[in-house]
Amino acid sequence: MGVLPWVCLYGYRRHTAYPLASVAEAVTNTVFGFIRAYVLLALWDARPGLGGYDAADAVTFCFLTQALIGPVQIFGGMELSRRIRDGDVAIDLHRPVGLQAWWLADDLGRAAAALLLRGGPPLLAGALVFPFRWPGPAASAAFAVSLVLAFLVGFALRYLVALGAFWLHDDRGLSTVATVMSLFFSGMILPLVVFPGAFGDVAAALPWSALVQVPADVWLGRGAGADVAAALAFQAGWAALLLACGALLTRAARRKLVVHGG
Amino acid sequence: MYALLAWTWVRAAAQYPVSLGLMVVATAAITGLDALAIVLLFAHAESIAGFRAEEVLFLYGTSALSFALSDCVLGTADRLGEHVRNGTLDAMLVRPVSPLVQVATEEFTPRRVGKLVPAALVLAFALPRLEADWTPGRAAMIPLMVAAGTAIFAGLWVMVGAAQFFLVESHGATKAITYGGAFLTQYPPTMFARDLVRGATFVVPLAFVNWQPALYVLDRPDPLGLPDAARFASPAVALAVCAAAALAWRAGLRRYRSTGS
Repeated sequence: MGVLPWVCLYGYRRHTAYPLASVAEAVTNTVFGFIRAYVLLALWDARPGLGGYDAADAVTFCFLTQALIGPVQIFGGMELSRRIRDGDVAIDLHRPVGLQAWWLADDLGRAAAALLLRGGPPLLAGALVFPFRWPGPAASAAFAVSLVLAFLVGFALRYLVALGAFWLHDDRGLSTVATVMSLFFSGMILPLVVFPGAFGDVAAALPWSALVQVPADVWLGRGAGADVAAALAFQAGWAALLLACGALLTRAARRKLVVHGG
Repeated sequence: MYALLAWTWVRAAAQYPVSLGLMVVATAAITGLDALAIVLLFAHAESIAGFRAEEVLFLYGTSALSFALSDCVLGTADRLGEHVRNGTLDAMLVRPVSPLVQVATEEFTPRRVGKLVPAALVLAFALPRLEADWTPGRAAMIPLMVAAGTAIFAGLWVMVGAAQFFLVESHGATKAITYGGAFLTQYPPTMFARDLVRGATFVVPLAFVNWQPALYVLDRPDPLGLPDAARFASPAVALAVCAAAALAWRAGLRRYRSTGS
Protein backbone atom coordinates (compact mmCIF):
# COMPACT_ATOMS: atom_id res chain seq x y z
CA MET A 1 0.00 0.00 0.00
CA GLY A 2 2.82 2.36 0.93
CA VAL A 3 4.10 2.86 -2.60
CA LEU A 4 0.83 3.85 -4.26
CA PRO A 5 0.60 7.44 -2.92
CA TRP A 6 4.07 8.00 -4.35
CA VAL A 7 3.02 6.62 -7.74
CA CYS A 8 0.10 9.03 -7.62
CA LEU A 9 2.36 11.95 -6.70
CA TYR A 10 4.85 11.15 -9.47
CA GLY A 11 2.00 10.81 -11.93
CA TYR A 12 0.87 14.26 -10.90
CA ARG A 13 4.37 15.71 -11.24
CA ARG A 14 4.90 14.09 -14.64
CA HIS A 15 1.70 15.64 -15.96
CA THR A 16 2.37 19.08 -14.54
CA ALA A 17 5.90 19.14 -15.99
CA TYR A 18 4.79 20.85 -19.22
CA PRO A 19 2.16 23.33 -18.05
CA LEU A 20 2.27 25.29 -21.32
CA ALA A 21 1.07 22.29 -23.33
CA SER A 22 -1.82 21.79 -20.92
CA VAL A 23 -2.77 25.45 -21.05
CA ALA A 24 -2.74 25.22 -24.86
CA GLU A 25 -5.19 22.32 -24.62
CA ALA A 26 -7.34 24.39 -22.28
CA VAL A 27 -7.47 27.14 -24.93
CA THR A 28 -8.88 24.65 -27.43
CA ASN A 29 -11.37 23.33 -24.86
CA THR A 30 -12.51 26.92 -24.24
CA VAL A 31 -12.96 27.66 -27.95
CA PHE A 32 -15.00 24.49 -28.40
CA GLY A 33 -16.98 25.47 -25.31
CA PHE A 34 -17.93 28.75 -26.98
CA ILE A 35 -18.98 27.13 -30.26
CA ARG A 36 -21.03 24.45 -28.52
CA ALA A 37 -22.56 26.99 -26.13
CA TYR A 38 -23.87 29.07 -29.05
CA VAL A 39 -25.34 25.96 -30.68
CA LEU A 40 -27.07 24.96 -27.43
CA LEU A 41 -28.30 28.51 -26.86
CA ALA A 42 -29.86 28.49 -30.33
CA LEU A 43 -31.65 25.24 -29.48
CA TRP A 44 -32.83 26.46 -26.08
CA ASP A 45 -33.95 29.68 -27.74
CA ALA A 46 -36.24 27.59 -29.96
CA ARG A 47 -37.25 25.22 -27.14
CA PRO A 48 -36.97 26.90 -23.71
CA GLY A 49 -36.93 24.48 -20.78
CA LEU A 50 -35.99 21.47 -22.92
CA GLY A 51 -35.12 18.40 -20.81
CA GLY A 52 -35.67 20.36 -17.61
CA TYR A 53 -32.65 22.61 -18.30
CA ASP A 54 -32.92 26.35 -18.80
CA ALA A 55 -30.48 28.21 -21.04
CA ALA A 56 -28.04 28.91 -18.16
CA ASP A 57 -28.04 25.21 -17.23
CA ALA A 58 -27.31 24.23 -20.83
CA VAL A 59 -24.41 26.68 -21.13
CA THR A 60 -22.98 25.65 -17.75
CA PHE A 61 -23.26 22.02 -18.81
CA CYS A 62 -21.42 22.75 -22.02
CA PHE A 63 -18.45 24.42 -20.32
CA LEU A 64 -18.36 21.70 -17.65
CA THR A 65 -18.00 19.06 -20.36
CA GLN A 66 -15.11 21.01 -21.86
CA ALA A 67 -13.47 21.40 -18.43
CA LEU A 68 -13.79 17.65 -17.82
CA ILE A 69 -12.41 16.45 -21.19
CA GLY A 70 -8.87 16.46 -19.81
CA PRO A 71 -9.48 15.15 -16.27
CA VAL A 72 -11.72 12.20 -17.21
CA GLN A 73 -9.89 11.81 -20.54
CA ILE A 74 -12.95 11.44 -22.74
CA PHE A 75 -10.84 10.81 -25.83
CA GLY A 76 -9.35 7.72 -24.18
CA GLY A 77 -5.85 6.35 -24.19
CA MET A 78 -3.48 5.18 -21.49
CA GLU A 79 0.27 4.75 -21.52
CA LEU A 80 -0.25 1.17 -20.39
CA SER A 81 -1.41 0.08 -23.86
CA ARG A 82 1.90 1.10 -25.40
CA ARG A 83 3.74 -0.80 -22.68
CA ILE A 84 1.68 -3.89 -23.42
CA ARG A 85 2.46 -3.60 -27.12
CA ASP A 86 6.20 -3.26 -26.73
CA GLY A 87 6.52 -5.66 -23.80
CA ASP A 88 7.45 -3.19 -21.05
CA VAL A 89 4.38 -4.44 -19.20
CA ALA A 90 6.51 -7.38 -18.05
CA ILE A 91 8.31 -4.92 -15.77
CA ASP A 92 4.98 -3.61 -14.45
CA LEU A 93 3.86 -7.15 -13.68
CA HIS A 94 6.98 -7.69 -11.56
CA ARG A 95 6.12 -4.82 -9.26
CA PRO A 96 5.09 -5.66 -5.71
CA VAL A 97 1.66 -4.04 -6.24
CA GLY A 98 -1.14 -5.10 -8.57
CA LEU A 99 -1.11 -3.86 -12.16
CA GLN A 100 -4.51 -2.20 -11.86
CA ALA A 101 -3.75 -0.49 -8.53
CA TRP A 102 -0.44 0.86 -9.87
CA TRP A 103 -2.02 2.35 -12.96
CA LEU A 104 -5.02 3.65 -11.05
CA ALA A 105 -2.71 5.55 -8.72
CA ASP A 106 -0.77 6.93 -11.68
CA ASP A 107 -3.99 7.90 -13.45
CA LEU A 108 -5.44 9.69 -10.43
CA GLY A 109 -2.26 11.78 -10.34
CA ARG A 110 -2.75 12.59 -14.00
CA ALA A 111 -6.40 13.47 -13.44
CA ALA A 112 -5.52 15.84 -10.60
CA ALA A 113 -2.93 17.55 -12.79
CA ALA A 114 -5.38 17.87 -15.67
CA LEU A 115 -8.06 19.26 -13.37
CA LEU A 116 -5.65 21.86 -12.03
CA LEU A 117 -4.34 22.98 -15.43
CA ARG A 118 -7.29 22.39 -17.76
CA GLY A 119 -10.37 22.56 -15.57
CA GLY A 120 -10.40 26.24 -14.70
CA PRO A 121 -10.02 28.18 -17.96
CA PRO A 122 -13.16 26.90 -19.77
CA LEU A 123 -15.32 27.42 -16.68
CA LEU A 124 -14.03 30.93 -16.01
CA ALA A 125 -14.34 32.00 -19.64
CA GLY A 126 -17.85 30.58 -19.83
CA ALA A 127 -18.89 32.28 -16.59
CA LEU A 128 -17.58 35.65 -17.81
CA VAL A 129 -19.40 35.65 -21.14
CA PHE A 130 -22.59 33.66 -20.65
CA PRO A 131 -25.30 33.27 -18.00
CA PHE A 132 -23.72 30.70 -15.73
CA ARG A 133 -24.68 28.62 -12.70
CA TRP A 134 -22.22 28.10 -9.86
CA PRO A 135 -23.03 25.38 -7.32
CA GLY A 136 -23.88 26.13 -3.69
CA PRO A 137 -21.77 24.71 -0.84
CA ALA A 138 -23.73 21.44 -0.60
CA ALA A 139 -23.68 20.91 -4.36
CA SER A 140 -19.95 21.71 -4.44
CA ALA A 141 -19.21 19.04 -1.86
CA ALA A 142 -21.35 16.51 -3.72
CA PHE A 143 -19.65 17.52 -6.99
CA ALA A 144 -16.21 16.86 -5.50
CA VAL A 145 -17.25 13.32 -4.57
CA SER A 146 -18.93 12.85 -7.94
CA LEU A 147 -15.76 14.01 -9.71
CA VAL A 148 -13.58 11.45 -7.93
CA LEU A 149 -16.08 8.72 -8.84
CA ALA A 150 -16.03 9.95 -12.45
CA PHE A 151 -12.22 9.61 -12.42
CA LEU A 152 -12.57 6.03 -11.17
CA VAL A 153 -15.13 5.08 -13.83
CA GLY A 154 -13.08 6.81 -16.53
CA PHE A 155 -9.95 4.97 -15.46
CA ALA A 156 -11.71 1.60 -15.23
CA LEU A 157 -13.13 1.93 -18.76
CA ARG A 158 -9.80 2.93 -20.27
CA TYR A 159 -7.97 0.22 -18.33
CA LEU A 160 -10.26 -2.46 -19.80
CA VAL A 161 -9.59 -1.09 -23.29
CA ALA A 162 -5.84 -1.03 -22.66
CA LEU A 163 -5.90 -4.66 -21.52
CA GLY A 164 -7.50 -5.53 -24.85
CA ALA A 165 -4.02 -5.06 -26.30
CA PHE A 166 -3.00 -8.35 -24.63
CA TRP A 167 -5.28 -10.15 -27.07
CA LEU A 168 -5.37 -7.85 -30.11
CA HIS A 169 -1.71 -6.73 -29.88
CA ASP A 170 -2.79 -3.32 -31.11
CA ASP A 171 -5.20 -1.31 -29.05
CA ARG A 172 -5.89 1.53 -31.50
CA GLY A 173 -9.01 0.02 -33.06
CA LEU A 174 -10.59 -0.86 -29.74
CA SER A 175 -9.64 2.47 -28.26
CA THR A 176 -11.22 4.38 -31.17
CA VAL A 177 -14.46 2.42 -30.66
CA ALA A 178 -14.29 3.27 -26.95
CA THR A 179 -13.86 6.94 -27.85
CA VAL A 180 -17.05 6.87 -29.91
CA MET A 181 -18.96 5.45 -26.97
CA SER A 182 -17.55 7.83 -24.40
CA LEU A 183 -17.95 10.91 -26.62
CA PHE A 184 -21.57 10.20 -27.33
CA PHE A 185 -22.91 8.53 -24.18
CA SER A 186 -21.12 10.75 -21.67
CA GLY A 187 -23.02 13.85 -22.79
CA MET A 188 -19.99 15.42 -24.50
CA ILE A 189 -21.67 15.87 -27.89
CA LEU A 190 -25.09 16.78 -26.52
CA PRO A 191 -26.49 16.64 -22.98
CA LEU A 192 -28.18 13.27 -22.44
CA VAL A 193 -31.37 15.11 -21.39
CA VAL A 194 -31.82 16.03 -25.08
CA PHE A 195 -31.84 12.38 -26.19
CA PRO A 196 -35.41 11.36 -26.99
CA GLY A 197 -37.48 8.81 -25.05
CA ALA A 198 -36.24 5.31 -24.34
CA PHE A 199 -32.93 6.03 -26.09
CA GLY A 200 -32.27 8.71 -23.50
CA ASP A 201 -33.15 6.35 -20.63
CA VAL A 202 -30.74 3.70 -21.92
CA ALA A 203 -28.00 6.29 -22.43
CA ALA A 204 -28.45 7.54 -18.88
CA ALA A 205 -28.05 4.02 -17.46
CA LEU A 206 -24.76 3.26 -19.28
CA PRO A 207 -21.45 3.74 -17.45
CA TRP A 208 -20.36 6.61 -19.70
CA SER A 209 -23.03 8.89 -18.26
CA ALA A 210 -21.10 8.66 -14.97
CA LEU A 211 -18.24 10.51 -16.66
CA VAL A 212 -19.86 13.86 -17.49
CA GLN A 213 -23.67 13.84 -17.33
CA VAL A 214 -23.97 12.76 -13.67
CA PRO A 215 -21.28 15.10 -12.28
CA ALA A 216 -22.79 17.95 -14.30
CA ASP A 217 -26.27 17.26 -12.91
CA VAL A 218 -24.79 17.25 -9.40
CA TRP A 219 -23.08 20.59 -10.14
CA LEU A 220 -26.35 22.05 -11.45
CA GLY A 221 -28.09 20.93 -8.23
CA ARG A 222 -30.77 18.94 -10.05
CA GLY A 223 -32.97 17.07 -7.59
CA ALA A 224 -33.09 16.90 -3.82
CA GLY A 225 -30.68 15.17 -1.42
CA ALA A 226 -31.98 11.68 -2.16
CA ASP A 227 -31.49 12.18 -5.91
CA VAL A 228 -27.91 13.29 -5.36
CA ALA A 229 -27.25 10.24 -3.19
CA ALA A 230 -28.74 8.03 -5.89
CA ALA A 231 -26.54 9.69 -8.52
CA LEU A 232 -23.42 9.12 -6.46
CA ALA A 233 -24.45 5.52 -5.77
CA PHE A 234 -24.95 5.01 -9.52
CA GLN A 235 -21.40 6.20 -10.17
CA ALA A 236 -19.96 4.16 -7.29
CA GLY A 237 -21.78 1.05 -8.52
CA TRP A 238 -20.32 1.33 -12.02
CA ALA A 239 -16.87 2.10 -10.62
CA ALA A 240 -16.94 -1.00 -8.41
CA LEU A 241 -18.27 -3.23 -11.19
CA LEU A 242 -15.79 -2.03 -13.81
CA LEU A 243 -12.82 -2.19 -11.46
CA ALA A 244 -13.82 -5.76 -10.55
CA CYS A 245 -13.93 -6.62 -14.27
CA GLY A 246 -10.51 -5.03 -14.58
CA ALA A 247 -9.17 -7.24 -11.79
CA LEU A 248 -10.58 -10.39 -13.44
CA LEU A 249 -9.23 -9.41 -16.84
CA THR A 250 -5.82 -8.68 -15.33
CA ARG A 251 -5.70 -12.25 -13.99
CA ALA A 252 -6.65 -13.63 -17.40
CA ALA A 253 -4.01 -11.46 -19.06
CA ARG A 254 -1.33 -12.71 -16.66
CA ARG A 255 -2.01 -16.25 -17.84
CA LYS A 256 -2.08 -15.16 -21.48
CA LEU A 257 1.10 -13.09 -21.56
CA VAL A 258 4.29 -14.60 -22.96
CA VAL A 259 7.21 -12.21 -22.93
CA HIS A 260 9.91 -12.88 -25.47
CA GLY A 261 13.27 -12.02 -24.00
CA GLY A 262 16.38 -10.99 -25.79
CA MET B 1 6.51 9.64 -53.56
CA TYR B 2 3.59 10.63 -51.35
CA ALA B 3 1.61 7.63 -52.60
CA LEU B 4 4.52 5.25 -52.01
CA LEU B 5 5.03 6.35 -48.41
CA ALA B 6 1.28 6.31 -47.74
CA TRP B 7 1.04 2.78 -49.11
CA THR B 8 3.89 1.67 -46.84
CA TRP B 9 1.97 2.93 -43.80
CA VAL B 10 -1.23 1.24 -44.98
CA ARG B 11 0.60 -2.09 -45.21
CA ALA B 12 2.02 -1.56 -41.73
CA ALA B 13 -1.46 -0.95 -40.33
CA ALA B 14 -2.83 -4.01 -42.15
CA GLN B 15 -0.61 -6.19 -39.95
CA TYR B 16 -3.31 -5.86 -37.30
CA PRO B 17 -6.49 -6.53 -39.31
CA VAL B 18 -8.99 -6.59 -36.42
CA SER B 19 -7.66 -3.35 -35.06
CA LEU B 20 -7.62 -1.77 -38.51
CA GLY B 21 -11.21 -2.76 -39.21
CA LEU B 22 -12.42 -1.40 -35.90
CA MET B 23 -10.45 1.77 -36.45
CA VAL B 24 -12.00 2.52 -39.86
CA VAL B 25 -15.53 1.89 -38.61
CA ALA B 26 -15.03 3.86 -35.40
CA THR B 27 -13.38 6.79 -37.15
CA ALA B 28 -16.34 6.96 -39.51
CA ALA B 29 -18.62 6.85 -36.47
CA ILE B 30 -16.80 9.70 -34.72
CA THR B 31 -17.27 11.92 -37.78
CA GLY B 32 -20.87 10.74 -38.03
CA LEU B 33 -21.58 11.69 -34.40
CA ASP B 34 -21.60 15.36 -35.33
CA ALA B 35 -24.26 14.69 -37.96
CA LEU B 36 -26.24 12.67 -35.44
CA ALA B 37 -26.04 15.62 -33.05
CA ILE B 38 -27.55 17.85 -35.74
CA VAL B 39 -30.37 15.35 -36.30
CA LEU B 40 -31.03 15.21 -32.54
CA LEU B 41 -31.05 19.01 -32.33
CA PHE B 42 -33.64 19.25 -35.05
CA ALA B 43 -35.73 16.49 -33.47
CA HIS B 44 -36.67 19.16 -30.94
CA ALA B 45 -37.20 22.17 -33.19
CA GLU B 46 -38.28 22.59 -36.80
CA SER B 47 -35.98 25.50 -37.35
CA ILE B 48 -32.99 26.74 -35.35
CA ALA B 49 -31.55 30.23 -35.90
CA GLY B 50 -33.55 30.46 -39.14
CA PHE B 51 -32.24 27.24 -40.65
CA ARG B 52 -33.89 23.90 -41.22
CA ALA B 53 -32.33 20.45 -40.74
CA GLU B 54 -31.47 19.76 -44.38
CA GLU B 55 -29.76 23.12 -44.74
CA VAL B 56 -27.59 22.53 -41.68
CA LEU B 57 -26.86 18.98 -42.88
CA PHE B 58 -25.79 20.50 -46.21
CA LEU B 59 -23.37 22.77 -44.33
CA TYR B 60 -22.19 19.77 -42.31
CA GLY B 61 -21.70 17.68 -45.46
CA THR B 62 -19.63 20.27 -47.30
CA SER B 63 -17.58 21.19 -44.23
CA ALA B 64 -16.96 17.61 -43.10
CA LEU B 65 -16.11 16.45 -46.63
CA SER B 66 -13.61 19.28 -47.13
CA PHE B 67 -12.10 18.69 -43.72
CA ALA B 68 -11.89 14.92 -44.16
CA LEU B 69 -10.20 15.29 -47.57
CA SER B 70 -7.64 17.73 -46.20
CA ASP B 71 -7.14 15.60 -43.09
CA CYS B 72 -6.56 12.57 -45.31
CA VAL B 73 -3.78 14.29 -47.18
CA LEU B 74 -2.16 16.58 -44.61
CA GLY B 75 -3.77 15.96 -41.23
CA THR B 76 -0.62 14.72 -39.48
CA ALA B 77 1.27 17.90 -40.37
CA ASP B 78 0.28 19.24 -36.98
CA ARG B 79 2.36 16.51 -35.34
CA LEU B 80 5.50 18.33 -36.38
CA GLY B 81 6.13 19.55 -32.83
CA GLU B 82 6.52 15.95 -31.65
CA HIS B 83 9.22 15.37 -34.25
CA VAL B 84 10.99 18.54 -33.26
CA ARG B 85 10.92 17.55 -29.60
CA ASN B 86 11.98 13.95 -30.18
CA GLY B 87 14.67 14.96 -32.65
CA THR B 88 13.21 12.71 -35.36
CA LEU B 89 12.85 15.69 -37.67
CA ASP B 90 16.62 15.67 -38.14
CA ALA B 91 16.40 12.17 -39.61
CA MET B 92 13.69 13.35 -42.00
CA LEU B 93 15.79 16.27 -43.18
CA VAL B 94 18.61 14.03 -44.44
CA ARG B 95 16.22 11.91 -46.51
CA PRO B 96 15.68 12.90 -50.13
CA VAL B 97 11.95 13.59 -49.66
CA SER B 98 10.32 16.78 -48.46
CA PRO B 99 9.83 16.65 -44.67
CA LEU B 100 6.27 17.84 -45.21
CA VAL B 101 5.50 14.75 -47.28
CA GLN B 102 7.14 12.52 -44.67
CA VAL B 103 5.19 14.05 -41.80
CA ALA B 104 1.94 14.04 -43.76
CA THR B 105 2.15 10.39 -44.80
CA GLU B 106 3.07 9.25 -41.32
CA GLU B 107 0.72 6.54 -40.09
CA PHE B 108 -1.36 6.99 -43.20
CA THR B 109 -3.98 4.39 -42.50
CA PRO B 110 -7.33 3.71 -44.14
CA ARG B 111 -8.82 5.16 -40.96
CA ARG B 112 -8.36 8.57 -42.49
CA VAL B 113 -10.53 7.46 -45.40
CA GLY B 114 -13.14 6.39 -42.85
CA LYS B 115 -13.86 10.05 -42.18
CA LEU B 116 -14.92 10.59 -45.78
CA VAL B 117 -17.78 8.10 -45.67
CA PRO B 118 -20.28 9.80 -43.32
CA ALA B 119 -19.48 13.21 -44.77
CA ALA B 120 -20.18 12.06 -48.33
CA LEU B 121 -23.31 10.15 -47.28
CA VAL B 122 -24.78 13.14 -45.42
CA LEU B 123 -24.05 15.46 -48.34
CA ALA B 124 -25.72 13.02 -50.73
CA PHE B 125 -28.69 12.88 -48.36
CA ALA B 126 -29.00 16.65 -47.93
CA LEU B 127 -28.50 17.84 -51.54
CA PRO B 128 -31.73 16.55 -53.12
CA ARG B 129 -33.71 17.80 -50.11
CA LEU B 130 -32.56 21.40 -50.41
CA GLU B 131 -35.13 23.85 -51.65
CA ALA B 132 -32.64 25.46 -54.00
CA ASP B 133 -33.24 26.74 -57.49
CA TRP B 134 -30.81 24.39 -59.28
CA THR B 135 -29.23 26.41 -62.08
CA PRO B 136 -26.06 25.01 -63.71
CA GLY B 137 -24.06 27.61 -61.77
CA ARG B 138 -25.43 26.43 -58.43
CA ALA B 139 -24.79 22.78 -59.28
CA ALA B 140 -21.23 23.59 -60.31
CA MET B 141 -20.72 25.45 -57.06
CA ILE B 142 -20.98 22.22 -55.00
CA PRO B 143 -17.79 20.51 -56.21
CA LEU B 144 -16.07 23.89 -56.42
CA MET B 145 -16.83 24.73 -52.79
CA VAL B 146 -15.67 21.30 -51.59
CA ALA B 147 -12.42 21.72 -53.51
CA ALA B 148 -11.85 25.25 -52.22
CA GLY B 149 -12.77 24.19 -48.68
CA THR B 150 -10.31 21.31 -48.87
CA ALA B 151 -7.58 23.69 -50.02
CA ILE B 152 -8.35 26.15 -47.21
CA PHE B 153 -8.21 23.42 -44.56
CA ALA B 154 -5.06 21.97 -46.14
CA GLY B 155 -3.44 25.39 -45.88
CA LEU B 156 -4.50 25.62 -42.25
CA TRP B 157 -2.96 22.20 -41.46
CA VAL B 158 0.36 23.28 -42.93
CA MET B 159 0.21 26.64 -41.17
CA VAL B 160 -0.42 25.13 -37.73
CA GLY B 161 2.36 22.65 -38.48
CA ALA B 162 4.68 25.50 -39.39
CA ALA B 163 3.73 27.32 -36.18
CA GLN B 164 5.32 24.44 -34.29
CA PHE B 165 8.73 25.34 -35.69
CA PHE B 166 8.39 28.52 -33.66
CA LEU B 167 6.43 27.27 -30.65
CA VAL B 168 6.82 23.53 -30.12
CA GLU B 169 3.99 23.32 -27.58
CA SER B 170 1.42 25.16 -29.69
CA HIS B 171 -0.19 21.95 -30.95
CA GLY B 172 -2.85 21.87 -28.23
CA ALA B 173 -4.02 25.40 -28.95
CA THR B 174 -3.96 25.27 -32.76
CA LYS B 175 -6.42 22.39 -32.66
CA ALA B 176 -8.92 25.15 -31.93
CA ILE B 177 -8.30 26.43 -35.47
CA THR B 178 -8.28 23.12 -37.34
CA TYR B 179 -10.76 20.90 -35.48
CA GLY B 180 -12.55 23.93 -34.07
CA GLY B 181 -12.84 25.39 -37.58
CA ALA B 182 -14.21 22.12 -38.91
CA PHE B 183 -16.80 22.08 -36.14
CA LEU B 184 -17.72 25.75 -36.48
CA THR B 185 -18.39 25.49 -40.21
CA GLN B 186 -20.90 22.68 -39.66
CA TYR B 187 -23.38 25.22 -38.32
CA PRO B 188 -24.81 28.38 -39.86
CA PRO B 189 -23.01 31.47 -38.50
CA THR B 190 -26.40 32.97 -37.67
CA MET B 191 -26.17 30.86 -34.49
CA PHE B 192 -23.03 32.61 -33.31
CA ALA B 193 -22.20 36.03 -31.97
CA ARG B 194 -21.33 38.60 -34.59
CA ASP B 195 -17.71 39.04 -33.52
CA LEU B 196 -17.12 35.32 -33.77
CA VAL B 197 -18.50 35.38 -37.32
CA ARG B 198 -16.31 38.36 -38.22
CA GLY B 199 -13.28 36.51 -36.83
CA ALA B 200 -14.20 33.41 -38.83
CA THR B 201 -14.54 35.49 -41.98
CA PHE B 202 -11.64 37.89 -41.91
CA VAL B 203 -9.01 36.46 -39.49
CA VAL B 204 -9.24 32.73 -40.19
CA PRO B 205 -11.19 32.65 -43.47
CA LEU B 206 -13.44 29.78 -42.43
CA ALA B 207 -16.56 31.42 -43.83
CA PHE B 208 -15.20 30.74 -47.32
CA VAL B 209 -15.02 26.99 -46.70
CA ASN B 210 -18.76 26.59 -47.14
CA TRP B 211 -20.79 29.49 -45.75
CA GLN B 212 -20.32 32.09 -48.47
CA PRO B 213 -20.77 29.58 -51.34
CA ALA B 214 -23.75 28.10 -49.49
CA LEU B 215 -25.38 31.53 -49.40
CA TYR B 216 -25.20 31.48 -53.18
CA VAL B 217 -26.58 27.94 -53.46
CA LEU B 218 -29.42 28.66 -51.02
CA ASP B 219 -29.93 32.18 -52.35
CA ARG B 220 -29.99 33.85 -48.96
CA PRO B 221 -28.91 37.33 -47.86
CA ASP B 222 -25.61 37.63 -45.99
CA PRO B 223 -26.12 38.58 -42.32
CA LEU B 224 -22.78 40.44 -42.37
CA GLY B 225 -23.83 42.32 -45.53
CA LEU B 226 -20.74 41.42 -47.59
CA PRO B 227 -20.97 42.10 -51.33
CA ASP B 228 -22.25 39.29 -53.55
CA ALA B 229 -18.78 38.84 -55.00
CA ALA B 230 -17.71 37.31 -51.66
CA ARG B 231 -19.84 34.30 -52.52
CA PHE B 232 -17.53 33.45 -55.38
CA ALA B 233 -14.31 34.35 -53.62
CA SER B 234 -13.61 30.92 -52.12
CA PRO B 235 -11.10 29.72 -54.77
CA ALA B 236 -9.16 32.98 -54.51
CA VAL B 237 -9.17 32.77 -50.70
CA ALA B 238 -8.02 29.14 -50.92
CA LEU B 239 -5.10 30.16 -53.16
CA ALA B 240 -4.11 32.92 -50.75
CA VAL B 241 -4.27 30.60 -47.73
CA CYS B 242 -2.17 27.96 -49.49
CA ALA B 243 0.40 30.54 -50.55
CA ALA B 244 0.64 31.89 -47.01
CA ALA B 245 0.99 28.33 -45.69
CA ALA B 246 3.82 27.57 -48.13
CA LEU B 247 5.65 30.74 -47.07
CA ALA B 248 5.14 29.93 -43.38
CA TRP B 249 6.40 26.39 -43.82
CA ARG B 250 9.53 27.55 -45.66
CA ALA B 251 10.21 30.24 -43.08
CA GLY B 252 9.83 27.68 -40.30
CA LEU B 253 12.10 25.16 -41.97
CA ARG B 254 14.78 27.79 -42.56
CA ARG B 255 14.62 28.81 -38.95
CA TYR B 256 14.87 25.26 -37.62
CA ARG B 257 18.17 24.68 -35.80
CA SER B 258 17.53 21.23 -34.30
CA THR B 259 17.25 20.63 -30.56
CA GLY B 260 20.06 20.56 -28.04
CA SER B 261 22.01 17.74 -26.39
